[in-house]
Formats: sequence, structure tokens, C-alpha cells
Amino acid sequence: MAKLEQSIDRYAAELDPETSFAVRDASKIKTEQRFDTLWADFEDPNAMRKLAGQVKQHTLENLPRYLAQAEASFQRNGANVHWAVDGDEANAIVLDIMRRRNATKIVKSKSMVTEEIELLPFLEEHGVEAIETDLGEYIVQIDGDHPSHIISPIIHKNRKQVARSFEREGIGEYTEDPEELTRIARRFLRKKYLEADVGMTGANFVLADSGRIVIVTNEGNARFSMAATKTHIVVVGIEKVIPREEDLPLYMNLLGRSATGQAMTVYTQLIGGPKLEGQEEGPEEMHVIFLDNGRSDALASECREILRCIRCGACMNICPVYRQASGHAYRAIYPGPVGAVLSPLLALKNGGFHQLADLPKASSLCGACQEVCPVDIPIPDLLLRLRARGKEESAARGAIDSPGFGMWAIAASQPAAWKMGLAMGHAMNVAPHAWLNAHPSAKSWQSTRDLPKFRGGEFRKWLNARKGGNEK
Amino acid sequence: MIHPTVSGKRIKFMMTCLCDAFYADVARASYEVLEHLGCEIKVPSGQTCCGQPALNAGEWDNARKVIRHTIEEFEGTDPVVIPSGSCAAMTRHGAILGFEGESDLVETKEMASRSWELCEYIVRGLGIENWPGRFDGRVALHRSCHTRNTFIYESAVTLLSSIDGLELVEVGELDQCCGFGGTFCVSFPNVSEKMGQLKVEHLTESEPDFIASLDMACMMHFGGMMDKQKLGTPRLHVSQILKQALDNQ
Repeated sequence: MAKLEQSIDRYAAELDPETSFAVRDASKIKTEQRFDTLWADFEDPNAMRKLAGQVKQHTLENLPRYLAQAEASFQRNGANVHWAVDGDEANAIVLDIMRRRNATKIVKSKSMVTEEIELLPFLEEHGVEAIETDLGEYIVQIDGDHPSHIISPIIHKNRKQVARSFEREGIGEYTEDPEELTRIARRFLRKKYLEADVGMTGANFVLADSGRIVIVTNEGNARFSMAATKTHIVVVGIEKVIPREEDLPLYMNLLGRSATGQAMTVYTQLIGGPKLEGQEEGPEEMHVIFLDNGRSDALASECREILRCIRCGACMNICPVYRQASGHAYRAIYPGPVGAVLSPLLALKNGGFHQLADLPKASSLCGACQEVCPVDIPIPDLLLRLRARGKEESAARGAIDSPGFGMWAIAASQPAAWKMGLAMGHAMNVAPHAWLNAHPSAKSWQSTRDLPKFRGGEFRKWLNARKGGNEK
Repeated sequence: MIHPTVSGKRIKFMMTCLCDAFYADVARASYEVLEHLGCEIKVPSGQTCCGQPALNAGEWDNARKVIRHTIEEFEGTDPVVIPSGSCAAMTRHGAILGFEGESDLVETKEMASRSWELCEYIVRGLGIENWPGRFDGRVALHRSCHTRNTFIYESAVTLLSSIDGLELVEVGELDQCCGFGGTFCVSFPNVSEKMGQLKVEHLTESEPDFIASLDMACMMHFGGMMDKQKLGTPRLHVSQILKQALDNQ
């Protein structure tokens, strides 16, 4: 018998009410704020989303050219460019740079790509003191947790839990006042910036023509880490490149509004290389590590549009499944609708398509994700394509996937068989109940919903009985 | 999503498999509404299903078999009118996705260009914005997800709000799915139930006299939950409201 129970569904069922409420409430508010700012500030946000999607798609289709241009531009600015085929290579490059600089301490601003390659645990294993400087990510770090949202890493936690963590780690006295909690974290982190040798960031965008990276934060931590350290290392996915400086405003207008309903994030930095001669402060060296980690394969796949993603999180905020299940249910660093497509395609350490092939099924295909996507990714279509791939691959492995549609397809492509099914009448009233009862997970379907009564073929009978009925 | 452009009053009616099996009353109301409009209606008797269940389950070979059959049944140049936003989305988008790079793509797109959901056909195809007759009651209209990127929901709003005696009430979080999603509701029964419960709460919170839907699939789901919870608000497909208004002229 095919296994019907899905781990995401079980996770959602067992989620504690406190977390469940926190996730749903925050997601709903962000969804509303996104809508309000976009439509208050622009006449036709949908036209912007479509244009932004087209520019990104164009960039992806010419990616080798734009990456080569970006590399040349960075080098012209005095930055070093590295290429990493996977997470292990990227991590090794970071460690190598640190050893050459005799560096032992690193401060890092928020970056999903470093989560993807599990950089911090790797560095800690090699004796490096690595600190997350984004408040949410820092709490994730001290809790030994994982972010459950790409923009709001601790969307699943409340202030009481944060206060308990700070108390446990001896960072500060227990307080539930968010401002005081922030002050405590700030006092602690300020010291860490000043001690660190290396500042590490991701990049929201890479501008190919000027060789600059763009980083947006609300806490100013990326900026601070660069002011205090001698070496700046950037790890960035190869898909983050956009062609020109003048393309940036379109994305900046969409990113903050889509992510948090902010017209602009608090801090926006454009960084093109290490400090110049005569400049008093700033890193002496800048390294940009371009990461593949499965992206080339994704680019060659039937789901290449997913690489347009600018990581705003709007799709997870609006997704009814994410809202109920929360990010950890997806078992991969990128959750929600974008993650359900991206995570199975990337070379994640716990990943691979087989391990995460259930993710694309975790959607009612409602289409809300595409409607809010700032780069108009057809996420429902991509989910469908991955479901088709999943079926093919499990068939090739001889594995059981889910109940097949073979018999149904025979009936639904042969009218005589279809009508015979309809004529079975009463039997059809019993069959779905028997089928549903056979599956433990489906039993709960029946416990909360009544099935309609089968009345097969009645419309056809009515039509035929009508005087002058004109059925073909 | 292809928007239909081929209109006219000689039409083919797709009853949908759900109405074929469960909701004969809805197919009948839709048929009578089309008759009232003076349409010459053909109902291909070999029709079965649009193929969406298999496409969504990732069984694209099986889906293609059924889509091909549907295209054959509805061949010609007549508009195809469908009392379901979801089946209309399948013929106008899903089927095309399923046939990308295949030789059947031309026929699929051709059928898409003349496939209409019922309300959209009335408003955008025939240009009718005022519905005659009377229907007394406050109605909560569910926006089914597969009407996104179309003019289906707004067409239904246009028609319903033009009916004497009918008041549309506000429904919270219209962008949220009811949790049906075909096999999704069986494979993810807990998530689906939580989604359905929110939908039931939003649809009933302003205590409407009726709940209306453009899709019987959604209503089978949240309606099944309402029945289990003994929530007795009557539920009607939009076509049934249009028909009842006609009967009250």
C-alpha cells in the first residue's frame, strides 16, 4: 500500500499552538503590509514584478557572460574572486583566506547562502570563533537552532523564549522588554565586532557592470562588521548577479516592500572592493566567493525560473501551507513555496532530490505565491514539473509513490468506461469511504469532513429526458 | 494563462466531472442559465474530466491521455462554457503546461482560446453586466484560487451585485486557499483541515444567508467541514443563484 502520510503534515499537526500562532500571525501581518505599501506607492506593481522577472530571466539565460563581466569588474576594483562548485569548496576557501591572514575571529551578517553551506559549524570545527551579528540569526546560533524563515529567522520564537536564551547564555538578565533585549544583544555584539579579524556577508545583488555588491539590512550589522575588520569575505550564489547599476532601483523598490512592507530597508550598502589608498578605514582585502552548489543543474533543468528568486520571503508569508506548518516542517534551509522548488534542486548536505521529493507536494497549488512574487516566478508550474519528475524517478527506482491514476486515466479517456463508472451509482458512494478508511492519514480527512452523496449521471439523464434534448 | 477571445452563442457545455458525479443540480442550473441567454447548447456526451487530477499528481502521461480526449470531445470553433474556475484554469493553463514541447500544443492552445468559465462568459463574452430577477439574501462569495489571473471572480461579483435583493458580504482573507487542492487534502489532511477551518470561519463570520462558490471542488471541501460541524448556512453554486433570480422575475 502506498504511503500517504507526509512528514510536513505530521509536523503541522504536532506544532505547538504558541509557535503556530506566532508564525501565522507574523506571516499574515507581513502579507498585508506588503500589499499596502506596494499598492500605495505604485500604480501597477504587477507590471514591475513582470519586468523584474524578465530582467532576471534574461540574466540567467546569459549567466556565463554576466558572471565573467562581474569577475572582471571586481578585479578592476581590487577584489579577489573565487569560484566554488559546492559548499565544501566555499568553506575551504573561507578557511584558507583566514589562515593566510592569521585570522581566528569572524563576525557574519545575515546570509542564507552561508546557512546553505553550513559555514559556521565548519569554521567552529576548525577553531574559528564565528558570531552571527543579525539579532535573529544570533538567537538561532546560541539556541543551536535553524532559521525557519529566510527573512525572519526566528519567526517561530516569541520574546519569552529569547529572554530565556539570553539568561541561559549569561548574556543578560531576564527581561521580556524587546527594546531591552535588543540593547543587551547590542552591547554583547559591539565587543565582538571590535575583536573580529574578518567580516563576512552575503549579497542581495551583484552588479556585473560596476563590480559592486549590494547588501540590505535593518540592523546595520553588515556595515558595522566591515568598518571594524581588515578582511571582507562575501559568499554569494551565482544567480544573484544583475546586469547593470541602473537595473538595481527596480529590485530595490520591490525587495523591501515584498519582504517586510518597508519602502526601503534601513541600511543599503553598495560595496565595490577593499578600501582605497588614503582611505582611513575599511577592509584591506575583499574576497567574493561565487557559489554554484547545484545552481548550474537547476539552470539546466525544467525549473530554471526559480533562480530568479531575490529571497524576499513574500511567498512563504502568504502561503497557507507555510502558515500552518512553519518553516522547519520543510526540513531544508529554504522553506515555503520557493523552498519546495529550490531545496530539492540544490546540493544541500541533507538534500538531494530523493530526500526532498515530498516538498513539491506540500501545496494546494493555490497560486498565491506567484501572485506576490516580486520576480513573477511561476512557482505552481514548477511544483507541478517537480511532481512529474518525482513520479518518473520513483517509477524508475521501482519505488511506490502515491496511488496511481492509471485506472482513472483509462476511464476518463474512454466515454463508455466513464459512463459505466457513473452507472455504478450506489457502489461509488461506498468506494471512497472504503478507500479513505484504508489509510490512517486519510481517516482524519473523514473525521472532519462529510463526503457528498454520489449522484452519478443524473444531469445526463435529465438532459436526455427533456423534450427535444439536444445532446450530441 | 490564456484569456479566451472566441465568443458567440453556439456553445459547447462542459459539465465537469464533479457535477457529473455529484452535483447534477449545478450542471442543470448552469445549463438553464445558458438557455435563458439564448445559447444553442451542445453537451458532448463523451466528455469525462479535464485531466487536472492526474496533472496535479505528477502523472503527466495519464493527464495527457485525458486532455487529448477532452480536446477531441470539444473540437470545433464553438466556445466551451464551464461552470468551474478550476476546470477552466486547467484547459487554459494546466493543459498547456502539460503539453509544452509536444505536438498537441497547438490544439491545446486553440481550445484554451475559447474556454470560458460561466460568469466570465456571461460578462466578458456576451457583455451582460446586469442580471434580471430577484434573489433575497446576504451572500458570502468564496474566491476560488483557480480564478486568479482571470476575470472570473470579478465577473461573478458584477453579476451577483446587480441582482435585486442580493447583498454581497465581505469575506476575510480572500487570498487564502480553502485547503482542498485535489489529492492534497488527502495527502496533507491536517494542514488541509486547518486551512479549511479558517475558510469556514471567514465565510460564516458575517452571518450570511447563503455561501456561494464558483467551484464545487472547494465547496465540497469546506462544505463537508460545515456539514460535520452542523453549520447550516445554505450553499449554492453561483449558477444556482442566477437561476433562482430568473425564476423570481
